[in-house]
Amino acid sequence: MRHLLIIAATLLATSAYADTPLDFLARYEKDAGSPASAERGARFFNMKHGDEWSCASCHTERPTQVGRHAKTDKPIKPLAPSANAERFTDAAKVDKWFRRNCNDTLNRACSAQEKADVIAWLLTLN
Amino acid sequence: MKFQAASSIAAVLAALALPAHADSYKLPRNVILEEECGSCHMVFPPQMLHADSWRAMMGDLARHFGSDASLDEQRRIAITDFLVAHSGGRKTGATRDARGKPLLRISETERFIKKHREISAATWQRASIKSPANCGACHTRAAAGDYDDDTIRIPK
Ligand code: HEC
Ligand code: HEC
Ligand code: HEC
Repeated sequence: MRHLLIIAATLLATSAYADTPLDFLARYEKDAGSPASAERGARFFNMKHGDEWSCASCHTERPTQVGRHAKTDKPIKPLAPSANAERFTDAAKVDKWFRRNCNDTLNRACSAQEKADVIAWLLTLN
Repeated sequence: MKFQAASSIAAVLAALALPAHADSYKLPRNVILEEECGSCHMVFPPQMLHADSWRAMMGDLARHFGSDASLDEQRRIAITDFLVAHSGGRKTGATRDARGKPLLRISETERFIKKHREISAATWQRASIKSPANCGACHTRAAAGDYDDDTIRIPK
């Protein structure tokens, strides 16, 4: 993990714009002040938080597959980077959807720890 | 010569007499609109809502039909301008609800209801359709702005 962080940090320093999923992971871990847990991420992603939806309601419990919007039925491309190389490469997009989707499923923003955990879990999926 | 003029006049008259269903719902390419308003559902045709409705909707995106669709200010303004420029104006029929608020759903406008009056309540509720907002369930080319009669196929 330590190595990953160092590599990610170096990448960040050299090319601030070419974001990768590991860049986001490193950034959120730094903000949270503690390492991510993929196991916690899986639990967080698949549980309901008092509202109607979990993350899995639209992204499925296996986000390597195509999801479906719980209200409109529109297909959603896979969220796991192994299945969709565009995921977690654009900071504005990542911020926007964490803001919206966390608000819709938790009625609040996600913490840096929760975001790190989710990405760590998504990165274990193949 | 005389015959030619007469036949071209006839052609013009025929074109004018085409029924309202030749309305076009196509849009000039707009990447920002497609990205921001085509992510949770297909892009709805702006021609089917009044400008006041679009302004009201775009002023409250954080509470958009029960979803957070909030946007950065620059994009919000650009999209509002585009929707207003292509809005349907008075063609959409009554544009406000009983309390005087602009209608936000295309599917609640007079014009929509008129065009869909032959569809029964039971049909709207089919699992394959779910909601009148699910235009693409029946209009197979809706995502491309094509609502022509010959592209409609009502699913079982
Ligand atoms: C109501 C449906 C819905 C729910 C619930 C939902 N999402 Fe999403 N999510 C979407 C849609 C729609 C998109 C954007 C479409 C796309 O990019 O394919 C998206 C995109 C994202 C992205 C953007 C990733 C990128 O780089 O492209 C992230 C991150 C994300 N969702 C995380 C979550 C998390 C975490 C949760 C649970 C807290 C969640 N989502 C719950 C529908 C949903
Ligand atoms: C249950 C299936 C169904 C759904 C869902 C549906 N429509 Fe239709 N729509 C029809 C049918 C059938 C007609 C043709 C009515 C006729 O010709 O008498 C029609 C007609 C139309 C027309 C007129 C086209 C013409 O030729 O005059 C427009 C425009 C239209 N629909 C737009 C929409 C939009 C926008 C939505 C979503 C907000 C939508 N429809 C949802 C079935 C549907
Ligand atoms: C985060 C997801 C999301 C985003 C982004 C989004 N919408 Fe929606 N929208 C919805 C949902 C959910 C509904 C309700 C669908 C239903 O009732 O079946 C809806 C419904 C609508 C309707 C009403 C359709 C009808 O006639 O019933 C319109 C019009 C609309 N959206 C326009 C827009 C526009 C314009 C944008 C871009 C600024 C946008 N939407 C972005 C989720 C979203």
